[in-house]
Amino acid sequence: MTTASERAGAYWFLQGMRGIFSLPALILITSFVGFTGFASEAGLLLEHAVFMTGIVWALPAMVLLISSILANASLPAAFLTVTLSSIRLLPMVAALIPEIRGRKTSIWVLLFASHFIAVTAWVFTMERIRSVPVDQRLRFFLGFALTLTTTVTAVVAAVFVFVEKLPPIVAGTLFFLTPIYFLTSIWASARDRIAHYAMIAGLLGAPLFHLIAPDFDILYTGIVAGTLAFAFDRLVGRRRKPAADAEETGQGTGAAADEGRDR
Amino acid sequence: MTWESLDTWWWPYLFIIIAGWLATDIWRWLGVLIGNRLADDAPLLIWVRAVATALVAAVIAKLILYPSGALQDFPLALRIGAAIFGFGLFLATGRKPWIGILSAVATLFLGRLLL
Repeated sequence: MTTASERAGAYWFLQGMRGIFSLPALILITSFVGFTGFASEAGLLLEHAVFMTGIVWALPAMVLLISSILANASLPAAFLTVTLSSIRLLPMVAALIPEIRGRKTSIWVLLFASHFIAVTAWVFTMERIRSVPVDQRLRFFLGFALTLTTTVTAVVAAVFVFVEKLPPIVAGTLFFLTPIYFLTSIWASARDRIAHYAMIAGLLGAPLFHLIAPDFDILYTGIVAGTLAFAFDRLVGRRRKPAADAEETGQGTGAAADEGRDR
Repeated sequence: MTWESLDTWWWPYLFIIIAGWLATDIWRWLGVLIGNRLADDAPLLIWVRAVATALVAAVIAKLILYPSGALQDFPLALRIGAAIFGFGLFLATGRKPWIGILSAVATLFLGRLLL
């Protein structure tokens, strides 16, 4: 016998699973075909590439890990490279947790769920989670994230032997999909102006910090550009406040209309 | 202690577990501990979200400007041009991600073919 709440839980888990047929999932799968080509080119075995996909589950970290292996880096050096590049996961997870947790979700469940948070799941969830009832959000997220990780890992295993024969122009184009997909989908799913400010500041800041500190460029860019975006928004918001309330309302409806169109 | 140091079946897995899994998941776990203490509308959360977005923007810029693998063989100007063209079309056509993605990728592919 199933209760109504169990049925609702299954429904939202399934709704999450259906996300495997979404554009973000499709693009991630294609990007991983590109990654598989890179892994095979680097001389990794099929089982290593599959294991890495499931257990690391962060594309930039995996690319850096393989680059370290190729450079014959020591284990501590590889760890350092990968871990420095992955600090970005902290704010991403910290920002997503308040969105997906229910009213009494245990911390252990959240720790388990956090493994499946990477950019695609982040963008997908941020875009859709507000339309899911609060107590079903974790189920919705897990339905999507578990299906995505399982599918992508299976795809890596399935295409590994074929990708070696990919022409370089196709492999290069596949690699290009990921950044362009992140760029457009994050912009489209932005909740507020800060996200757009942060995006622009981050894009411009990256080459700058790459010149100054190539090993920490992503981290520095994130902190500096993110803080600038935050401060800029506060400044603009404060200046707008004394102006007529009508202006504020107009701004609000404009943003809401924007969001409606994007979803 | 490099990838090829030990000639046993389990060494590569241990290498991936330490330099791959631990190196990434410690940040996720810390993120849970911090995020779980934040209220949905805390200013701190808004700042954290801004930093997270800027970090991803930096990853995007690096993937385009300093790529690894097969994308390295594409001219820098073509990579930047294709990204700007795709993003511009995306903004101009009502912000549908697939339009931006398709036009950027097509520009890159055709550009490489013709150059």
